[in-house]
Amino acid sequence: MSNNKCFVSGDEAVALGARLARPNVISAYPITPQTIVVERLSEFVEDGSLEAEFMHVESEHSAMSAAMGVSSVGARAFTATSSQGLLHMSEGLHYASGARFPIVMMNANRALAVPWSIYGDQSDSMSQLNSGWIQVYVEDAQEALDMTIQAYKIAEDENVLTPFMVNLDGFILTHTYELLNVPNQEKVDEFLPKYETENKMDLENPKSLCFSSTPLDNLEFKYQQHMAMINSKEVIEKVDKDYGDKFGRYYGGLIEEYKCDDASVLLVTVGSVTGTARVVVDNMRSEGIKVGLVKLRYMRPFPEEKIIELSKNVDKIGVIDKNISHGYEGTVFTHINSALSKMNNSPKTINFIGGMGGRDISKEDIKDIFKSLLKTTNEDKEKTVQFIGMGCEIDE
Amino acid sequence: MSNEKVNAKNITEDEYFYGHKACAGCGGSVAVRLVLKVLGKRTFSVLPAGCMSAVGFIYPQMAFSTNAMIAPFPATGAMISGVAAGAKALGIKDFHAVGIAGDGGTADIGFQALSGAIDRGDNIIYICYDNEAYMNTGIQKSGLTPYGTKTTTSPAGENLPGSIRQKKNMFEIVAAHDIDYAATCSIGYPNDFLNKLKKAKEIKGTSYIHVYASCPTGWGSPTNTSIDLAKKAVDCGLWYLAEYENGEFKLNKNPKRFISVKDYLLSQGRFKHLKEEDINVIIKNRDKKWEKIRKNWL
Amino acid sequence: MEKPKLVEYKRPKHINDYPTGPTTEGGKLVEKNAGWRTYKPVVDKEKCVNCLRCYLVCPDGVIFKSEGKVDIDYDFCKGCGICEYECKLDAIKMIKEDK
Repeated sequence: MSNNKCFVSGDEAVALGARLARPNVISAYPITPQTIVVERLSEFVEDGSLEAEFMHVESEHSAMSAAMGVSSVGARAFTATSSQGLLHMSEGLHYASGARFPIVMMNANRALAVPWSIYGDQSDSMSQLNSGWIQVYVEDAQEALDMTIQAYKIAEDENVLTPFMVNLDGFILTHTYELLNVPNQEKVDEFLPKYETENKMDLENPKSLCFSSTPLDNLEFKYQQHMAMINSKEVIEKVDKDYGDKFGRYYGGLIEEYKCDDASVLLVTVGSVTGTARVVVDNMRSEGIKVGLVKLRYMRPFPEEKIIELSKNVDKIGVIDKNISHGYEGTVFTHINSALSKMNNSPKTINFIGGMGGRDISKEDIKDIFKSLLKTTNEDKEKTVQFIGMGCEIDE
Repeated sequence: MSNEKVNAKNITEDEYFYGHKACAGCGGSVAVRLVLKVLGKRTFSVLPAGCMSAVGFIYPQMAFSTNAMIAPFPATGAMISGVAAGAKALGIKDFHAVGIAGDGGTADIGFQALSGAIDRGDNIIYICYDNEAYMNTGIQKSGLTPYGTKTTTSPAGENLPGSIRQKKNMFEIVAAHDIDYAATCSIGYPNDFLNKLKKAKEIKGTSYIHVYASCPTGWGSPTNTSIDLAKKAVDCGLWYLAEYENGEFKLNKNPKRFISVKDYLLSQGRFKHLKEEDINVIIKNRDKKWEKIRKNWL
Repeated sequence: MEKPKLVEYKRPKHINDYPTGPTTEGGKLVEKNAGWRTYKPVVDKEKCVNCLRCYLVCPDGVIFKSEGKVDIDYDFCKGCGICEYECKLDAIKMIKEDK
């Protein structure tokens, strides 16, 4: 089998990627818009194209707990969730990273209730940044498939041993069909060999896992976990390069710079909105306007060094957030500002909150954002946090 | 399935739960110790946050010499299922997967994950050691705390006799899943317990064993009476030894005469406050339960 | 007979001396429980008929079979007194520890 082309949705792309990664056990609970991932995987197990156990768990909490059980004996675990389900397994997220179990999970980014909404935004995963998981945000279905494979390679690296969350914008990516290149199994097997680890229960050499520590040792275990996440930066860059060399698709590692050279203003995007912003940047560039785009691929580890480097010759940076920490600002914005605080003469930053609960962020919205970034205004008067696409008037 | 009975003479001399920090006289640790002695070295065990995990895994003092792991409090059933599924997928042969949780970890917060595991028919053994309250956090009422028990969240006073609810009927709830094997036991009847564990070990499918295990700290009883109290609970009819197998209930011990409920209760600090009328409520409920048991399980 | 063993423990000096994550070899003990005890059980080998009741119900597993009788690992006995209480032949007596 050589590279296959196929026309599938983002959810199906994740399922294809997961199958290629040969997980031993899939434990999952259905939630819109993740469901197609686990439906396809259960079909693959049924038709024999994936040799794995499929566990029908009764909740997301159990999906994650079962995945930890799987990983605790050195087997490869896969699960997928979204929104309320991600929050329901939040206890397990911290647990899995503390235990250093390299579980891979797809998360379909979806709004959090209430108001109830099945549609997309990134409030769910952004609320779990402190859970100790690596978080990547993809732009399209191809990247979703490729990252599901890369995820295991990164998570299982002996210097990382940290669980990995592949985030796809709900509906915009999960349910949109694209023509994909599907790598062939032999090449994926070469790229991603069987998971071998000492961090497991072993009948020949019995272990105690997930033990308690007193205040004498707790900080040291947490420091290790922190360092593992820091180590993952280098591993992410290397795996992206190796993957590109083998399969012909490079994603830039922690971030992708798009037309940032000589740009006076930059826009930082996370996830599918990057695709829209690319078109706007191309259009504006064709008019001679020097704007650039930073596709922030990873929120954990956070690529602060790269952000600082890119910001050196820039006047202004806009940050789109499809989430908000109520009463303050978007989470991505906070992170960008924190990185910039470590440089001298940092550029002015503006936060644009939008795309909440499935609201569209249009090309016009992004063009307006760039225009406002380019405007020379009295900076003291410019609002730092702005809402885009508001459907009614608000009091300023 | 071998017919030879397990007993103190032929059980392994190896100890797999040793040097732990449980209170002196802890009934839960008798249960855990015997479970592992029957299941043996090739066992993966999962214990949720609770007494047994708190006393067995404080780094660097590791009291389990079989493979063991602490689970999130609600997760015993799911985590041990995952262990079994992972081991099976890797082709590991000849092993046992056991989840061991207390009454709160089983009947309350861990109930859903347990139900899911039984529903899947996973090849696991689940042990509930029941000391009738949340002991690790300081004796709070659980779903298995019986009527009239004084706990730190069900105080006894002029208005209330302590807990005002009966124990949740976990054995029959589990049986209602049409589980492959379920049994009730008491550390006061260790040979019965050992042989039910053996049965659970040999059955392919899901097993549930509910073992009554005293807690001197939470019960307000002398440390040396832990085994005796767990036996008396059976002898006075407030607990029973039974099995569920092939869709049928079976009573294993049918006392001709119950010993005194009042003596059993009043020997423990948690029941010392009970008035005659409260004890009569307990006796009435016992008799109602036994009428059903004798009618249906004999 | 195998059981968890006392080992010498050295506190980690460098972060790399810690295990990777909270995973370590099972059955390794770094301290005894003997100090918990006020009374200690003493077996009267003349009276003991090796019924093994005490062995079966000891919460700490410290009673072991020895030459057709039982013996006690005082490093880990907490002195709960269950063995004395359960012995039908009065072959075990709890005796106050000399402090």
